[in-house]
Amino acid sequence: MAALVHVKEWIDERFGLKELLAFARHKTVPRHRLSYWYFFGGMTLFLFIIQVITGILLLLYYRPSPNEAFESVQYIMTQVRFGWLIRSIHSWSANLMIFMAIAHMFSVFFLKSYRKPRELTWLSGMLLLFIVLGFGFSGYLLPWNTLSFFATKVGTDIAGQVPLVGKWILVFLRGGDDVSGATLTRFFGFHVAVLPGLATLLIALHLFLVQRFGMSVPPSLEAEWAAKPAEEREMRFFPNFLLRELMAWYVALAILGGLAAFMPWELGTKADLFASAPQGIRPEWYFMFMFQTLKLLPGKIWFLDGDVVGVLGFGAAFLLWTLLPFFDRGKSGRPARLITGLGVFVLTYFVALTVYGYVAK
Amino acid sequence: MTDETTNAQDAPKRRHFLEIFLGASVTASLISFVYPVLRYMIPVQNAEPAADSALAGHLGDLKPNTGKIFRFGNRPALLVLTNDGKYHAMSAVCTHLNCTVQYRSDLHAVWCACHNGMYSVDGRNISGPPPRPLETYQVILKGDDIYVRRDENA
Amino acid sequence: MCWARKIALIVLPGLCAFLLPAAPPLAAQTANHCLQCHSQLDAPVGVTRKEFSESIHAQKGLTCTSCHGGDASSDDMDTAMGKAAGFKGHIERAQIPALCSKCHSDAAYMRGYNPSLRTDQFSQYQTSVHGKLLARGDTRVAVCSDCHTAHDILPPNDPQSTVYPVNVAKTCANCHANPEHMKGYNIPTNQYALYSTSVHYNALMVQGDLSAPTCSTCHGSHGAAPPGVASVERVCSTCHVFQQQLFDSGPHKEGFAALGLSGCITCHTNHGIQHPSDAMIGTGKGAVCMKCHSAGEPAYAAAGAMHDGLQNLDQQIARSDEILTRAETSGVEVGEAKLALSEARDDLTKARVTIHSVQASAVDQNIQAGLQVTQKAYQAGLNALAELKHRREGLAASLAAIVLVLIGLALLIRKVDAQKSESLRR
Repeated sequence: MAALVHVKEWIDERFGLKELLAFARHKTVPRHRLSYWYFFGGMTLFLFIIQVITGILLLLYYRPSPNEAFESVQYIMTQVRFGWLIRSIHSWSANLMIFMAIAHMFSVFFLKSYRKPRELTWLSGMLLLFIVLGFGFSGYLLPWNTLSFFATKVGTDIAGQVPLVGKWILVFLRGGDDVSGATLTRFFGFHVAVLPGLATLLIALHLFLVQRFGMSVPPSLEAEWAAKPAEEREMRFFPNFLLRELMAWYVALAILGGLAAFMPWELGTKADLFASAPQGIRPEWYFMFMFQTLKLLPGKIWFLDGDVVGVLGFGAAFLLWTLLPFFDRGKSGRPARLITGLGVFVLTYFVALTVYGYVAK
Repeated sequence: MTDETTNAQDAPKRRHFLEIFLGASVTASLISFVYPVLRYMIPVQNAEPAADSALAGHLGDLKPNTGKIFRFGNRPALLVLTNDGKYHAMSAVCTHLNCTVQYRSDLHAVWCACHNGMYSVDGRNISGPPPRPLETYQVILKGDDIYVRRDENA
Repeated sequence: MCWARKIALIVLPGLCAFLLPAAPPLAAQTANHCLQCHSQLDAPVGVTRKEFSESIHAQKGLTCTSCHGGDASSDDMDTAMGKAAGFKGHIERAQIPALCSKCHSDAAYMRGYNPSLRTDQFSQYQTSVHGKLLARGDTRVAVCSDCHTAHDILPPNDPQSTVYPVNVAKTCANCHANPEHMKGYNIPTNQYALYSTSVHYNALMVQGDLSAPTCSTCHGSHGAAPPGVASVERVCSTCHVFQQQLFDSGPHKEGFAALGLSGCITCHTNHGIQHPSDAMIGTGKGAVCMKCHSAGEPAYAAAGAMHDGLQNLDQQIARSDEILTRAETSGVEVGEAKLALSEARDDLTKARVTIHSVQASAVDQNIQAGLQVTQKAYQAGLNALAELKHRREGLAASLAAIVLVLIGLALLIRKVDAQKSESLRR
């Protein structure tokens, strides 16, 4: 115990540890009927950490070349001790993390936590969401099986529909004109180096901003609190909220273990560059709504290709959504209700098109 | 009065029990997470995942004019050492009806017991029903080990 | 010497070498005046330049006069086709074999063209059914030109030739499948129809295996005749060695001979040979054994035993394969076990050959060997599924620890919350 005190002193003399700890001890989390939404950000972060750990473990055995990628994943699944566990957790946790990120984003939207002074938090969060989707897209190709090969082909084809720069984007993503071993190498580089680096910086920024501005309270509840000032409304972060968050993380671990044991992620068949696409190629669920929208758009709209209109439309929508805090200045009343209504529409559209994509033939 | 003193005495016991219980269960859960990760990191014995090459055997496994079956990917393959000291490797799946072939020392040829198909040690189908030669592989000697690799030029 | 001369010395001979091989046909064309008229005429005296020039005879420098006599260098009809020039005109069908053999049976002469060509075609032909009937005056039978054509003869290894292995059956069928033509001979005309449904046809035409049998393989080409009762087995065993050896070692050899039955075709038929199935042996519908044997005989029991053995091994292989595949799709490694299982398939293939000895004990040996392998493979499959169970047990243990942690945390949270509210109240 004396040694621990010594170490604390040593760090404090150089880094101001005592101040940090004091700040931590005073950090509070608002306690109200919608507090449970505060878990989603931490859960996304937790699943991201799981991805990093399982990803590094997979890196010990994975080989990013078309001749060996599929075989190395097969090797991990069948030969490496607990390889099946690590790989299935990585694949399941990826999907759960993306789900959490989207849920976190929508919760922040509906609770209006993006408003002044938290505009940059929202911005960095949206960028993180795009990065997380990039993780999903690049990682999906790495097992090099039939589904992932064709999903990548379709996805990069759609990216190539952007006017003017589309072809350049397509060639940059694919490392050539077609999806090939060059694409695999490139996606591997994005997935294990470029995106993790960007994500780390943005997460650090995002977390710093969250600490800086504290947890926001939804405007409707703020009004309630203003009317009744006396009630106790704050929970200490250490240890009360953190213990609850730990419980949530343990539950997440249990779910991941169960999924890995009872619904192992499938291996598929090795990708064949010369085969034709199997019937009903679909992207992963988080891209489904865009894919299904493009399928529903007519071939030609005015003088433009239906696909081009779709891609441009989504691009504009994402841009506007990202810049939301600059449109919503905090005025209550009709503008606020309009934005909430827009959010309901977007969420419904997302869910409906995703479901439709799976149900449609 | 007795109630208060009981409470005052029980409180530390309860806290103590909770600490031990939580500590033990957290440790147990951490072990169940860390154990698989540690086992995972230890490399497996047969370390080659690629299906393009395999370790067929070691020098001295075969006497001259004999052959042996070994596993190559998911199929059987045949390694033959002829009297002139050369190693030959080929698929052991007969091209007629997929029986496993063998090397016949008395015939100096590769033979299929199912329908009397015969191949030369270069894999060429020389007699009987087989319609095609056996796929041949490259033999690479590395120290004491005999590796077999799919022919790149084939 | 200057460089221009050097180049000329190299280039010119090369050019000549390049042009030279083209010379003989040109020479043949210019010297063959017969075609000037006959290429414009219709059948039966019409022969196109293309037809004749592509034939092997033209390639070797022969002309119309080599067979028909006459004078090819003259373009005057009377000179060209005059008796003085030895013109023979139309060759009678009965004369054709003798005419062809004038060259083709002359070993010394043929050596000057293709030393490895056989020269016994005519003597073979004379032993054939066609040759014997022709000698008795029947001109409806095949002569050389019926199979080889008269004017556009191609060597047998040329895919366009009427006697290229893939084309032989059609050539024979031109007569043998024609009921009009075959009137009075009292032999069936369905051989080609049956053959085209057979495994041999499939191997030859569809799989492209040129060593697969066609009509001439079993009947002979020049000495064509059906194999006799005793010979059928020996003919089939040219390729199907094991089956014949096994057949000879069993009771059927003497039995069939005593009844005057041929081996092989009694069960498999001769022309429409189908891929054998396990149903062919046994006591059920489609079993060939029941054509001769009836219930109560020892053969009946033997047939049943052999059939059951094959079925059993087949089922066990499927069962082991199924459990191994199930384990594999759940992520357990079973490559070694699946490889070992293929040995059982070998045993089943061998068993299906051993039945030709019609001795249940011999077949049973193969079956038992196979069953041992399937047993081991099935056990490996069970072990793999046990590994799966093991994983779930590991998960259960981990989940138990997690649940305990959750309970502990919940209790701790309650305690910590209570402390805080107490401290707030104070």
